[in-house]
Amino acid sequence: MSRTEVDSVAAERNGQGISDADGEGDTVIEVSDVTFGYTAAPVVEDIDLTIEAGEYVAVVGPNGSGKSTLMKLMLGLLRPDEGEARLFGEPAHSFDDGERVGYVSQHASAAKEMPITVREVVKMGRFAHVGFGLLSADDWAVVDEALATVGMAEFADRRITKLSGGQRQRAFIARALAGEADLLVLDEPTVGVDAESVEAFYDLLEALNDDGITVLLIEHDLGAVVDHADRVVCLNREVYFDGPTDEFVGSDALARAFGAAGGILGGAR
Amino acid sequence: MTPPTGAVGAVAAVADPPIASPPVALLQSGGSALDPVLAPIYFLLELWSLLMGALGDATGLGLLQYGFMHRAILVGLCIGVMAPLIGTFLVHRQLALIGDALAHTAFAGVAVGLFLNGVLSLGVSPYLTAVVVAVLAALLIEVISEVTDAYNDVSMAIVLSTGFALGTVLISLNAGGLAVGINQYLFGNLSTVSAENAAILLVLFAIIVATVGLTRNQLLYVTFDETAAEVSGIPVNWYNRVMVMLTALVVVGAMQIMGVILVAAMLVVPVAGATQVSRSFTESLLVSVVLAELAVLLGIGFSYYGEATAGGVIVLVAVAIYVVAVAVGKLREARGDDDDAPELGGIDADDGVA
Repeated sequence: MSRTEVDSVAAERNGQGISDADGEGDTVIEVSDVTFGYTAAPVVEDIDLTIEAGEYVAVVGPNGSGKSTLMKLMLGLLRPDEGEARLFGEPAHSFDDGERVGYVSQHASAAKEMPITVREVVKMGRFAHVGFGLLSADDWAVVDEALATVGMAEFADRRITKLSGGQRQRAFIARALAGEADLLVLDEPTVGVDAESVEAFYDLLEALNDDGITVLLIEHDLGAVVDHADRVVCLNREVYFDGPTDEFVGSDALARAFGAAGGILGGAR
Repeated sequence: MTPPTGAVGAVAAVADPPIASPPVALLQSGGSALDPVLAPIYFLLELWSLLMGALGDATGLGLLQYGFMHRAILVGLCIGVMAPLIGTFLVHRQLALIGDALAHTAFAGVAVGLFLNGVLSLGVSPYLTAVVVAVLAALLIEVISEVTDAYNDVSMAIVLSTGFALGTVLISLNAGGLAVGINQYLFGNLSTVSAENAAILLVLFAIIVATVGLTRNQLLYVTFDETAAEVSGIPVNWYNRVMVMLTALVVVGAMQIMGVILVAAMLVVPVAGATQVSRSFTESLLVSVVLAELAVLLGIGFSYYGEATAGGVIVLVAVAIYVVAVAVGKLREARGDDDDAPELGGIDADDGVA
């Protein structure tokens, strides 16, 4: 395992100063020496990762590589066994400024039988802003705008359980948009979404990123990642690669992280 | 959040096992030590009674000529609001069983109250001890689930049977004159709704409705998508604790009429019916309250004229309404109300929400 190679790539990237988006230079996510395991065996090990404001980062890796676990550590849903995860400069587990983070999960199943409309789901995106209060007219405008952005305006009053998987996923994306967050975290957001919409969805993410929103994408669809993300983190328990997407395509990190399967995928490209 | 106001807090002190002697003497005097605290509510109850009496005179309904029926109807109306209100949040998290478990621990609470009254001659309403015991059991269940990371059937079943076993043992220990009163708690009773118990229920009702009203956003988010709620900064564990404690309060409040064994039905059946016919969450809340009120009022009416146990009749009516709701839901689906699928718009990449 060439830790040195990983380090040098990371160092090089930092040296270049990827913060092309703007001069803010705020650190959104900072993961240092994090190790975590649900049992004795670590799921992720010695992870060092820093994400600056305005970046578009994709985390890729084979199934069971710890992608989702790493995301939960970053969001403070889990606490590292060793090391530290910080979100907007605060320890992630005690971070409570929820309006800065938008989250789209992999399982858009939530409560399966609950009667609730698409608009009510998207409305939840505003809860971090309104707290105990009522949604103002402005809040509702943001909700409707988010619905229109994902093309679901016509579905606003549909019961979400009656929708297809792809439509439901759009609703969850709209909820994250309605939060007007500084950081969007998406865990395989396009599972079940039709191919045409997937393309449009990644365009939307790019547009949001151009507006200065930091995007962290957990994805197994390597094609999408290579086409859209600025920076790739290739993970399989440890970080195999962390750098600009172009370098990732040329490197052998994929093959090493994915093993034999990576070779096949790489050939297909 | 919950240690509610004066009423329950005061009782927590009273129900504490090592009771000093002075308070005992104090409490022996009247039937209730809480009379001064509850006085304003008694006044409201009298107003309500006058109103119902007038309604009875106007309509000639026989069941409205008794004071206890006035209170029973008021209690029933409150149950019809608060049970489905809390039940909606429970059912959609697959926590329907928790009401049953808490009802059985509340029974243990009743037994504790009766036991203390028997041994120490405290004039405490057993419903108040039931509130304390059920809330503690609720917290226990919640903490167990936090530690083990899942609500599981087994721990719920253990709490349920422990509560019931404790209740039966305590009651058998001082069986003196107490076995008589047990049916009332097991099956509920319209005619034993005393002014004090009705007042206690009104206090519980106010706490429950106010808490849900204040925290509806957070409760909805936690119910629908716990992970996303946590990411958005909501302290999920705290809301779960509040929810189980409110459940305990509902269960104890509804127990007077419904009885330990049937009380959980009010948390679940109207909500299940509303789920069949509602599209939005707000609608399902309203519909479940309407269905529950319907079941309560029809049930009380039927049980009065049919001379049957109110709790059982109410539940049967609620189930009948549920069956109708399922049929209506299926009919609607068959008629294809929702089939006119609208056009799915494209994802608009240019329109960054900012």
